Amino acid sequence: MLWNALLLAFREIRRNVLRSFLTILGVVIGVASVIVMVTLGNGATRAVATQIESMGSNLLMIRKGQHMGPGQTSSAPAFDLEDTVALERDIPAIKSLAPSATDSITAVVGNASWATSVNGTDNRFFSVRNWTLERGRLFSASELSGGRAACVIGATVRKELFGPQDPLGSNLRLKQISCEVIGLLVGKGQSSMGFDQDDLVVMPLRTFQRRIAGNQDVTLIQVSIRDGESTERAKTDIERLLRERRKVAAGEQDNFSVRDMKEVATMLTGTTEVLTTLLSAVAAVSLLVGGIGIMNIMLVSVTERTREIGIRLAIGALEREVLMQFLVEAVTLSSLGGVLGILLALGASIGLADMLKVPFVFNGGIVLTAFLFSAAVGVIFGYFPARRAARLDPIEALRRE
Amino acid sequence: MTAATASAKNALLTWPRPASPEPAGQPLLEFRQVSKIYGTGTAAMRALDGVDLRISPGEFVAVMGPSGSGKSTAMNILGCLDTPSAGSYLFRGVAVETLSHDQRARLRRHYLGFVFQGFNLLNRTSALENVELPLIYRRAPRAERHARARAALAQVGLTGWEGHTPGELSGGQQQRVAIARAIVTEPSLLLADEPTGNLDTARSHEVMELLVGLNRDQGITVLMVTHEAEMAAYAHRIIHFRDGRVADDGRAGGPV
Ligand SMILES: Nc1ncnc2c1ncn2[C@@H]1O[C@H](COP(=O)(O)OP(=O)(O)OP(=O)(O)O)[C@@H](O)[C@H]1O
Ligand SMILES: [Mg+2]
Repeated sequence: MLWNALLLAFREIRRNVLRSFLTILGVVIGVASVIVMVTLGNGATRAVATQIESMGSNLLMIRKGQHMGPGQTSSAPAFDLEDTVALERDIPAIKSLAPSATDSITAVVGNASWATSVNGTDNRFFSVRNWTLERGRLFSASELSGGRAACVIGATVRKELFGPQDPLGSNLRLKQISCEVIGLLVGKGQSSMGFDQDDLVVMPLRTFQRRIAGNQDVTLIQVSIRDGESTERAKTDIERLLRERRKVAAGEQDNFSVRDMKEVATMLTGTTEVLTTLLSAVAAVSLLVGGIGIMNIMLVSVTERTREIGIRLAIGALEREVLMQFLVEAVTLSSLGGVLGILLALGASIGLADMLKVPFVFNGGIVLTAFLFSAAVGVIFGYFPARRAARLDPIEALRRE
Repeated sequence: MTAATASAKNALLTWPRPASPEPAGQPLLEFRQVSKIYGTGTAAMRALDGVDLRISPGEFVAVMGPSGSGKSTAMNILGCLDTPSAGSYLFRGVAVETLSHDQRARLRRHYLGFVFQGFNLLNRTSALENVELPLIYRRAPRAERHARARAALAQVGLTGWEGHTPGELSGGQQQRVAIARAIVTEPSLLLADEPTGNLDTARSHEVMELLVGLNRDQGITVLMVTHEAEMAAYAHRIIHFRDGRVADDGRAGGPV
């Protein structure tokens, strides 16, 4: 019986190339879209986690005011170098810290210009933030004390302003000052999620304060915590010390913020997880649409095939033989579509992951779910309408045109 | 149900079909006051109106009558493709309306060959595959299936056309494929609804000779609807339908 059903089903598949192709296509699209979206979402989540790690996960960022990120409008007082000295002296958990002042400035070299983030700081910045030099050198004592303007540039700035030329020794124009490029940073290479760590220019704090900011403010203190020390504890200690130094009355809100980059990491990964959920929802919709496509083709073809069912019944087929044939046909087409869909999805995911610079994260559960769902749709909508037709008197089935 | 009819019913549903000839005197087919009504109320249409009919094994019967007189309706019921609205249809003494869907399918499979007025071939399927189909459901092995289907197509003069699909065949050729499909199983009853409707006179006579041969040499009972007196003359008996009733039922003279 099964052998006969296989024979008949394969004849039908061969006989109706277009219809078979469309059914397979519906399954392929449904399966492929879900797998691709979920895979990319998972990849993005992992990318963010890795990226945060590369910034240094035992890193605390102390900013004035309660806002985070650039463009802050807080009227809270800035820090000064005294604060950094006090922090280093009084909190033993601090391994190193770097005072900074930052601004977004358009850097110009010849005809090329590039808006970047300029960071006035000192040599400790590089160790606190895990930067290594590709070539050149760090700032000299005379440069740090406000002598000749010098700067170290990130890979993105280098690419945008110098292209293939060697930037070392060239001058970079920042507003009204010109500074010599003395060092090139090794790229961190993570530029997904709209956040490019390599897009920066580093210069001595003193030079930045005098010639760009025009004040003595330190707006950001980046602190690295010793291995084995609790960042949580260090954070509390820093907060207590700074409240004291900045004379924040008890019960009043902090006029600064201390952010643990681990928290930021958790927050950002949380965001991408939301994104993954969203993508999965979109994917579920496409799976459903794919399913409706399969359903339509199956329903239309069964109506069309009611006459065929009538003929088969008239020449002696039993109801269950006709059904077995339709079942085999639906299972074959759905499985074929499922397998092709999975292959397509894996190919597309690997390609897209590469293009979007997110890692390829394989998720077996979703592959299985997508496959089973599409196959079930194909089988259910291939089988049940056929069953209705096969229960008719042959002459009834033959009359349905 | 009596023991006799129960055993008749069992005999009907087993394969191979009993080799013994039908019990003498028992009709192969019997209509008892069979009616078929389409639609309901004032729109009701009596396609068959209390038809009584008996056909013995080995007969060659022609069915004639004006268009719309109920010939095809009667053939569909005789072929177990349709059920009467009222009355009883006995096949070898078994009331067909008491059989289940599957039992009627088995009856068609084991005993019947049916040539439809509208052919009803599978589209986009070769003539050979169409003719093979009833053999697939009879579980004939592949080689036997091919040989028998080729032989049946040869009998209707379609050697060389095995690979053509219905769309590539003329109406007359399609009709002959339909005949080949009906005879390939060597049924005990062949029901043919206007088997020569699309054929020229020469071909019609060839088909009639084929039917006569099957009837005479293999003892196949043949019931054939035709509009042409010339073809009806091949039959032993001619039944005339008018307005869903049997208007005339008598012996014919044999081939002209
Ligand atoms: N499915 C149906 N629904 C309603 N009426 C039907 C149906 N099938 C047949 N009829 C009617 O029943 C009557 C008998 O039809 P039938 O097909 O048996 O005629 P026929 O004798 O075979 O005619 P023809 O020689 O033209 O083939 C006709 O009046 C037809 O309109
Ligand atoms: Mg008719």
